[in-house]
Amino acid sequence: MSTNTDATPYCEDVVKKFVLAATFWGVVGFLAGDFIAWQLAFPALNLDLEWTTFGRLRPVHTSAVIFAFGGNVLMATSLYTVQRTGRASLFGGEAFGSVIFWGFNTLIVAAALSYVLGFSQGQEYAEPEWLLDLWLTVVWVLYLIAFAGTIMKRREPHIYVANWFFFAMILTIAMLHLGNNLVVPSAIFGGSFMKSYNLFGGVQNAMTQWWYGHNAVGFFLTAGFLGIMYYFVPKRAERPVYSYRLSIVHFWALIFLYIWAGPHHLHYTALPDWAQTLGMTFSVMLWMPSWGGMINGLMTLSGAWDKLRTDPVMRFLVSSVAFYGMSTFEGPMMSIKAVNSLSHYTDWTIGHVHSGALGWVAFVSFGALYYLVPKLWGRKEVYSLKLVGLHFWIATIGIVLYITAMWISGIMQGLMWRAYDNLGFLQYSFIETVEAMHPYYVIRALGGVLFVLGSLVMVYNFYKTIKGDVAAEAAQPSTAAAR
Amino acid sequence: MASMEKDSVSGQYTTGHEWDGIRELNTPLPKWWVYVFWATVIWSIAYWVAMPAWPTINDYSRGVLGYASRNELESDIKAQKQARSKFEAKIAAISVDDVVKDKDLRNFAMTGGKVLFNDNCAPCHGTGGVGAPGAYPNLADDEWIWGGELADLKQTISFGVRNTNENSRQSEMPKFGADGLLTAEQINQVADYVVALSSKGSTAGLPGEAIFAEQCVVCHQDGGVGSKDVGSPALNNNIWLFKGSKEQVKQVVINQVTNPQHGSMPAWSERLDETSIKMLTVYVHSLGGGK
Repeated sequence: MSTNTDATPYCEDVVKKFVLAATFWGVVGFLAGDFIAWQLAFPALNLDLEWTTFGRLRPVHTSAVIFAFGGNVLMATSLYTVQRTGRASLFGGEAFGSVIFWGFNTLIVAAALSYVLGFSQGQEYAEPEWLLDLWLTVVWVLYLIAFAGTIMKRREPHIYVANWFFFAMILTIAMLHLGNNLVVPSAIFGGSFMKSYNLFGGVQNAMTQWWYGHNAVGFFLTAGFLGIMYYFVPKRAERPVYSYRLSIVHFWALIFLYIWAGPHHLHYTALPDWAQTLGMTFSVMLWMPSWGGMINGLMTLSGAWDKLRTDPVMRFLVSSVAFYGMSTFEGPMMSIKAVNSLSHYTDWTIGHVHSGALGWVAFVSFGALYYLVPKLWGRKEVYSLKLVGLHFWIATIGIVLYITAMWISGIMQGLMWRAYDNLGFLQYSFIETVEAMHPYYVIRALGGVLFVLGSLVMVYNFYKTIKGDVAAEAAQPSTAAAR
Repeated sequence: MASMEKDSVSGQYTTGHEWDGIRELNTPLPKWWVYVFWATVIWSIAYWVAMPAWPTINDYSRGVLGYASRNELESDIKAQKQARSKFEAKIAAISVDDVVKDKDLRNFAMTGGKVLFNDNCAPCHGTGGVGAPGAYPNLADDEWIWGGELADLKQTISFGVRNTNENSRQSEMPKFGADGLLTAEQINQVADYVVALSSKGSTAGLPGEAIFAEQCVVCHQDGGVGSKDVGSPALNNNIWLFKGSKEQVKQVVINQVTNPQHGSMPAWSERLDETSIKMLTVYVHSLGGGK
């Protein structure tokens, strides 16, 4: 399987590197997230050191899970998929892929170090200072060239749907990254090289930031991972994609509508009412285009539903699509101003983000990684499907604890903030809401522990698979998924 | 490349394309999906007509309902102010002493005072006014540095302690040690005397007595009873901002006499209106130590 019909070998060493990096950064990012979750429950864990405060570790967590874990998964899967579905080897070959790999991963290390040392642009998900932004720009353009170059030299007449999504992700992220990082380095005026000021101020800055922030979710964590879904679900299920037409319509509707939705992060702020209206209505119109992906993912299982019983990798993939459907219903609902007036600034938002991030992004990634590792290292199947099943259940329970705790805590917090007594006074002070949230913070952090443990089971499984071991149970015919 | 063929499970034809073994069915769009999508589009268009929605070059479409979130906020604030106005107007018109005498007004002031306290005072003095050992005084006991009567409390809350407000309460203890007014030996002796005073022990024959009489009595008064006029804490009880063993208390006294620390408190009249300060006064007075 490592050669295509024109005898050009696929470049898979670079995919292996991205897979290993994704696994490593996944564990790092989950651990960082769980640590800061414990900090929220027990502030003493800030350790009274500037480097370990919540404010500095939180961007380490978000960058590690979104860009380090998510980014390496996207690069692994997109560069694998684009070669296979185009019957062409990677444009630029292994060496070019290696440059992208090391460029991207050294950037991640540098960014994490810079946060811990206190350098930050202060913009969510765009914390790296301008020097690192320029570095990412170079790496991203190389990635674009490698991906687009491989599409150009493809030997299939049509471009497969997964590649539309990957391509949309790569192009849009480039645009967002440049748009939201238009900064003036203070070095120009004799200041530090590690400090800059955004070209936009006040509400314009906020609007640009959430145009960036929401579309980072929309294109990095949604479009990109839909690309993964469109390749790995039909491959693992061995069924044709449910509807070609739906894939076209929901693709174009999704990318057209998503780009408008950012202002829903700024409801009831200084942002003009008209922009809030547009943000809200485009978010609501986004509901069905998002669900198009869910329908195509789930309905592709028609005729293969029995695999859910026998194949835990399929369970990860299908559950991820279900979580995707849930989050993309919850999102438009929360963008409605009446709902948002309760949910905004509360833990409900955190719960929503994590039902998408853990349930959708991480689960579809786990599914793809469990598919890829045996393929790439030439094994018939992962070391132990039973351990995959164990990972699935531990992680699922972790997610359920996490999101239910945040729903309860968030809705309670929102209700407490807005409660007036009959004399016309706010009924609760802020500190009382913080006290009330404490038990839910502990439950959330426990959910995080389970999610981290699950990822460690995966690491062990990968280690044994790559080593070439086969667990005794894999010999049973019922669990050996046919290729 | 495969040809269009019928899928036996769904009965749909494939599109005829194939990539790495993946094929696609030519299933039409699900009807319900199309209908719900158009429903959201129609709803959005209706919403744009009703609400502020589309920007023009110098303006934006206002929407037929004339909604503006600024107006909504203002009317919300007005409604809550309205709810409080009846009692607030009465409180504004009378003195704190009279507020406490009226059952309804006192109840209202207690409720509002608690909200104000938790948002403004609790960060230092703790919820319920229990203070923070070593840093901020307890307001729930009957020990007061600047006086615990309603008028005293109102004065302290309004103008604070050792801040830049011209009416702020001011006082400063001399740096007896740092400025060389007393020797280390004398400070040690006076500290022994103060510890004895505070623990109601015998002070007879302690060498610190004479030093105390000469240097400290001016502010802390005979027998160390303190004075609310100059904010000198009473030394004849075992209530210390710094808690601890006898040895620790002595060390704190030595430190304070040598090079004193002085707390400060903001002048809340610069941030809160008169009625709010009256309500805060009633609440703090009720915490357990009001005189």
